[in-house]
Amino acid sequence: MTEFPKTPPRFSATFTPAINAEIRRAAASGIYDIRGGGTKRHLPHFDDLLFLGASISRYPLEGYREKCATDVWLGTRFAKKPIHLDIPITIAGMSFGALSGPAKEALGRGATAAGTSTTTGDGGMTEEERGHSKTLVYQYLPSRYGMNPDDLRRADAIEVVVGQGAKPGGGGMLLGQKISDRVANMRNLPKGIDQRSACRHPDWTGPDDLEIKIMEIREITDWEKPIYVKVGGARPYYDTALAVKAGADVVVLDGMQGGTAATQDVFIEHVGMPILACIPQAVKALQDLGMHRKVQLIVSGGIRTGADVAKALALGADAVAIGTAALIALGDNDPIWEEEYQKLGTTADAYDDWHEGRDPAGITTQDPELSKRFDPVLGGRRLKNYLKVMTLEAQTIARACGKNHLHNLEPEDLCSLTIEAAAMAGVPLAGTNWIPGRNGGF
Amino acid sequence: MQTFDLSKEGLRALNSSLHALKGQTNMTAWEVINPKGAHAIAAGVDAPVDITVRGSTGYYCAGMNKLATIRIKGSAGPGVAENMMSGTVIIDGDASQYAGATGRGGLLVIKGNASSRCGISMKGIDIVVHGNIGHMSCFMAQSGNMVVLGDAGEALGDSLYEARLFVRGSVKSLGADCIEKEMRPEHIALLADLLKRGEADGKARPEEFKRYGSARKLYNFNIDNASAY
Repeated sequence: MTEFPKTPPRFSATFTPAINAEIRRAAASGIYDIRGGGTKRHLPHFDDLLFLGASISRYPLEGYREKCATDVWLGTRFAKKPIHLDIPITIAGMSFGALSGPAKEALGRGATAAGTSTTTGDGGMTEEERGHSKTLVYQYLPSRYGMNPDDLRRADAIEVVVGQGAKPGGGGMLLGQKISDRVANMRNLPKGIDQRSACRHPDWTGPDDLEIKIMEIREITDWEKPIYVKVGGARPYYDTALAVKAGADVVVLDGMQGGTAATQDVFIEHVGMPILACIPQAVKALQDLGMHRKVQLIVSGGIRTGADVAKALALGADAVAIGTAALIALGDNDPIWEEEYQKLGTTADAYDDWHEGRDPAGITTQDPELSKRFDPVLGGRRLKNYLKVMTLEAQTIARACGKNHLHNLEPEDLCSLTIEAAAMAGVPLAGTNWIPGRNGGF
Repeated sequence: MQTFDLSKEGLRALNSSLHALKGQTNMTAWEVINPKGAHAIAAGVDAPVDITVRGSTGYYCAGMNKLATIRIKGSAGPGVAENMMSGTVIIDGDASQYAGATGRGGLLVIKGNASSRCGISMKGIDIVVHGNIGHMSCFMAQSGNMVVLGDAGEALGDSLYEARLFVRGSVKSLGADCIEKEMRPEHIALLADLLKRGEADGKARPEEFKRYGSARKLYNFNIDNASAY
């Protein structure tokens, strides 16, 4: 009998092993998957853009001789005391509770040494962070955990959080295992319970109310502090326009690559837009209102390198914010803890169960023993180094494009590698003058 | 008595004058006339002064109050005494939505009715309402005491934490995880004190109230409770 070759096993592109594993996990547990971090799916991103560099028509600046400035003003619209940062890379809001006290201290140390700001989170302002942050942005969140007028007044800016990129439309979640006595006390809740942070503010609804809320905060702080409004990447044109209308000094726009301490995986992976698609819409809203550069735009979600910073600024942002990258700089997901990641059923660079509070690196935990592993002085130094490198990288690119300030980068310095990125970023496909949706395109 | 004509001098001048009062001061009595529904009247005060607003106020009157006693001789718009830290706010008329939202301390007295979401996310404040309260009041209320001499609307105390709710009249419905609880002697004593401080001791007796609190079944996520969300 003749033997024919068998058809080799073939995996479905729809029912992949990872999908099937999730179906089995759901069937066994009856509960959705919760994790930290941002989306892990492949998305059109800054990697799909390239800078053109100088040519006969564009003159570069000398890398080691000619200055390329990096400073940024934030809050110049209404605040009596706008913020001036040395670099346009800020630290995004992350809560004490999600992070340990020493980790918050390290963020303050690193940001201050690099001449930039850090931001509180859903859990109030800690002394570690205030004490070590020259410039601290105080988040005004739906939960209002720890909210008080004294901290409002000792903040350098106030960020009204409407949404975040990892979960636009979702509230916070801090599971019981991370609710230590101190965290419980700051949030005025019993120890050990799952803390659900509301998804909507308790005392305002819609843009007209937001305008009054911002006015109240300005009155309480005597119009001194810049007021930011943070939104997730949902409807960036309209959200930006409405934030401007409501009186924001600064709009913070967080794409779906932005991280969270904990939420449902389905939320992280299926709600929101990538930051690349968000920036041009927000910039257009500001331009249409005649407010570009008058109301500053901070963008976040997947910023990793100086190239990402330069591309975000070239698309029209005034500054960027980093969260996940800052944690990695501190030591999160470091392979030196591989043995312990393995014990948790994961591996370095893939660990995302931050909500469980068992972070081997001692950063996303309230466990006193694990927290001791993390040195806030060393962590702060590492963050400073990373911020400096990103800044040098962005300057390198800007000089190559002939710019003496990072803010002089412009969309005309860019081309796209993919049709998707060309359409989203509004930047021509490389080698063409084609921007899908424009120039007689689709 | 410092009399401040809000329609002539403006909100910024009022609040900056009030914020300039730090600690002990002999300028303890203030009167605001012609409020005309302005927003954020006496927001962010941080001194033991007595402020009387003669008329009705807009949003966020007495927001984040510390130490001051603020009397509203009219009705209050949304978010009155939001996030109050300490002191006392007394409203002669009605209060709109979110009265006392996220309040962390002090006493809020509403002599009329309160609209929806009264005491939402309250974190230690005491609220005494002489009339009724609207729907979704005390949503996610964390701590403090709510006293209602009249009736409560739908979904009282939904997703309640450790706040104590006392209602004399009817409750249209209880929210998720909110249940009636036994009224013990310590609650009678607590209520008697709250009624007295809330200028309602002649209007109702503590024994006439029912107590509501958290069943604590939603404190940790359990898939069997998914239908409650």
